[in-house]
Amino acid sequence: MQPATETVWSWLGEIPDPEIPAISLADLGIIRDVGYEDDKLVVTVTPTYSGCPATSIIALDIETELLKRGAENVEVRQQMSPAWTTDWISAEGREKLRAYGIAPPAVAAANCAGMLKAQNVACPHCGSEDTVNISPRGSTPCKAQFRCNACMEPFDYFKAI
Amino acid sequence: MDPFLKFCLRMGDNALILGQRTGEWCGHAPVLEEDIAFANMGLDLIGQTQFWLKLAGEVEGKGRSADDLAFLRTEREFLNCLLVEQPNSDFAVALMRQYLFDAWHLPMLEGLTASRDERVAAIAEKVVKEVRYHIDRSRDLVIGLGDGTTESHARMQGALNTLWPFVADLLATDDADEEMFAQGIIPDPETVAASFRAETAATFAAGKLETPETELTRTGGRNGIHSEHMGYILAEMQYLQRTYPGVNW
Repeated sequence: MQPATETVWSWLGEIPDPEIPAISLADLGIIRDVGYEDDKLVVTVTPTYSGCPATSIIALDIETELLKRGAENVEVRQQMSPAWTTDWISAEGREKLRAYGIAPPAVAAANCAGMLKAQNVACPHCGSEDTVNISPRGSTPCKAQFRCNACMEPFDYFKAI
Repeated sequence: MDPFLKFCLRMGDNALILGQRTGEWCGHAPVLEEDIAFANMGLDLIGQTQFWLKLAGEVEGKGRSADDLAFLRTEREFLNCLLVEQPNSDFAVALMRQYLFDAWHLPMLEGLTASRDERVAAIAEKVVKEVRYHIDRSRDLVIGLGDGTTESHARMQGALNTLWPFVADLLATDDADEEMFAQGIIPDPETVAASFRAETAATFAAGKLETPETELTRTGGRNGIHSEHMGYILAEMQYLQRTYPGVNW
């Protein structure tokens, strides 16, 4: 007896992102579909950044976790299009990022057209919007380094893409 | 060679060789932030390589994976342009090389999002968003250092003078490109070249840099005729697979 797709979704909501364990794979918005093909459970995942080293770990984590919880015959499938956007990060996910010390991405990423200057970044520690970009790249490709001019703390910003 | 396969290899090899060059900065860049930036952009490029070379393997139909194509081809089989294989002789050269490549890569990818081949369009849709960030950084640095101190200006202008002849290869076209354009797979190469010229002219003006006036052009990379640096890149990049065939991580 395979688990219902709603149950699988709730399990996916408990698998942490390997790079940013504060948020789950479901929060990140990379799970595009959960369904059955005959009795095979197919989880469709879209990659975040092309070169993100977490991509293969994520596929492995999903398979391992679902099998551990009793699912059988699991396939993790990659889907390229539509391309992942940070707009798919849930409201709950954004709040978890902020609490973890990472400023969440500006919404409506398409309007930012990849330009950091177009993005309003508030400090995740004190909330001030008086922040300055130190480097367009942070500890991972998805982040940029900022400093808050109010509390002087450096922090990571999850870039809108 | 099938023109579609040639197109996939050219896109993949450009990303692969530039990614390898970019990765060489890891632990060596002049400041920590730029070290991290180059390493992360290298990651993007290697990820993009995997998409293009995987597609190339499918198009070729001989069962070769992206890894096979990256690690087991010889120098003359690589179709990257000469620009991306030029060495990291100076940080200014690396930045200028990145900027010139980005200035071509972005309009090329924007055009490819409308490709009649849906696999190509899907890759481009993904990659173009990353490349917007690449050029956001490289353009800012070219302008900032070009219009910076006497020393930074001289080095950026020197880098531009050194690399400009290789732009000919970046913008070169042949029968395969014509065929791909005619089939609606790639955008009009002349439109992409026009975007490149407009982008670079505006940036060089803002950075107080002069576009070199030279008749000197260097081409051949896109057809496998490389500069002397290419063999050394492959020697380092392919060492492990050549020495221990089939070894896995």
